[in-house]
Amino acid sequence: MERIPILKMGEFLLVTIQVDMHDRLALTLQDDLTSQIVKHKARGVLIDISTLEMVDSFIGRMLGSIAAMARLLDAETVVVGMQPSVAITLVELGLSMQGIRTALDVEKGMTALKVAVLDTWEDADDRTEL
Amino acid sequence: MTVLNSESMELHSSEDIVLVRQAVRKKAVALGFGLVDQTKVVTASSELARNMLNYGGGGTVQLEVVQNDRRSGLRLVFEDQGPGIADIEQAMKDGYTSGQGMGLGLGGAKRLSHEFEILSKVGEGTRISILRWR
Amino acid sequence: MASKEKLAEILSKRNSHIIEKWLELQLAGGKKLSAAERQETTRQSRDFLDALTAAAKKGSIDDISGPEWNRVREILTDLSASRAKGGYTPSETAGFVFSLKRPLFATLLEELGGDSAALGEALWQVTGLLDALGLLTTETFQKTREDIISRQQQELLELSTPVVRLWENILALPLIGTLDSARTQVVMQNLLDAIVETRSDFAIIDITGVPVVDTLVAQHLLKTVAAARLMGADCLISGIRPQIAQTIIHLGVDLTNVTTKATLSDAFAIALRRSGQAVVKAEKRAAGETR
Repeated sequence: MERIPILKMGEFLLVTIQVDMHDRLALTLQDDLTSQIVKHKARGVLIDISTLEMVDSFIGRMLGSIAAMARLLDAETVVVGMQPSVAITLVELGLSMQGIRTALDVEKGMTALKVAVLDTWEDADDRTEL
Repeated sequence: MTVLNSESMELHSSEDIVLVRQAVRKKAVALGFGLVDQTKVVTASSELARNMLNYGGGGTVQLEVVQNDRRSGLRLVFEDQGPGIADIEQAMKDGYTSGQGMGLGLGGAKRLSHEFEILSKVGEGTRISILRWR
Repeated sequence: MASKEKLAEILSKRNSHIIEKWLELQLAGGKKLSAAERQETTRQSRDFLDALTAAAKKGSIDDISGPEWNRVREILTDLSASRAKGGYTPSETAGFVFSLKRPLFATLLEELGGDSAALGEALWQVTGLLDALGLLTTETFQKTREDIISRQQQELLELSTPVVRLWENILALPLIGTLDSARTQVVMQNLLDAIVETRSDFAIIDITGVPVVDTLVAQHLLKTVAAARLMGADCLISGIRPQIAQTIIHLGVDLTNVTTKATLSDAFAIALRRSGQAVVKAEKRAAGETR
């Protein structure tokens, strides 16, 4: 069965979505990412959607679910490369992508992930100070 | 308004949703739609196709190229023989859940289109038509 | 009935005579024509008359929308479109058809002079026919002109609001003049494309030069800010004058999640800070000092 490949880059996972995904493929991706995060104890997930020409509410919700699940597993998520026409359409569609971190490209996404991971470490430090 | 040509597709699986999106994209490109307009109509079709599959038990999609005075447009008609929608107004509200949430499907598709029409009868089926001008 | 065949017959029989007289009329009148234009007019006239004759034989003279008249309509549409582009006036274009009346009437008079009923009928039919064809040219003419204008408007749109690269990572879009819905949309798309192209995390939309902001414009601004955010960039709005601030509040537009500043320079300072950059005073070096 076709799957979307997940690459490991240090303590981060990188996913590039290049195909027009049908719903089952999207759900498989969610499952695969969850197991890979646990398997590699990944601290961050970078999802590259720069070649996606359409994001509908299903894919939008999938991205949201991935971010939420990742956080439960102590990993941060960033979605990069959203095309302008996709962004304009999503705004019109009314889909709130709240809770999903975004960046313009992979490089900036990596930087954002590193900062986000550092922030959670700092939070952890604060919390242990009782 | 005249219909210049018409194409029909069957929708019975989630792979069919992808095929519908691709067909809509192709038609929109052929009509000379700008990139944003293309994306809007393709996204709207994806929303309605998924709704029809999940809540209407599948059905047919009609892709029509229409012309009015001096402008041309793309009209999509989604028709199913499913359970129908009891309260259309409620269904149009975003995030609506009846245990079977249509979420942003209907409202979203309407916002992405220039014209939107819905006909539904409980026990008989639903017919949704959207149109985007070039 | 009889006169329809009569008309077609007369057109055939006297074709060369009619053409000669018609061309005389067209090439003599008013506008000064170049050799190429004279050739073009001659060719068009012959084609038109031939097509007219053929159509009159086969089709109904009262209805020029039938398939027998396709060729005639085609010729007129092409002629009209090219004249619209070529700077001719609508009258000069419709004149092509109307000028055929004189030689045609004269010929009909010669042929049907003795039978006043037949002559009357023929004149009536020809008048109706040429009027309809003349009006057709006017419609095509208008449409062509409108297409040209809308294309020019589009080009003007794209030229009139350039996106400026203020600094590394920071773009500015100074909007000037009144914004209508169409213009605003194009401008906003350009900004988002520029954000991707230049990999800028920050964009400042400056509306100092915009006299009026209505609900539609305000909504487009908000949508642009939201879209930029989705893409991973931050969008600020500057140049909000007191009157505009009041209008926006009265319109009920919610700007709480958007950073707004009165001046472009204030917005620039914020963008610099957020992007981890700063502008510092250069150290003065004494004359002769080397680094």
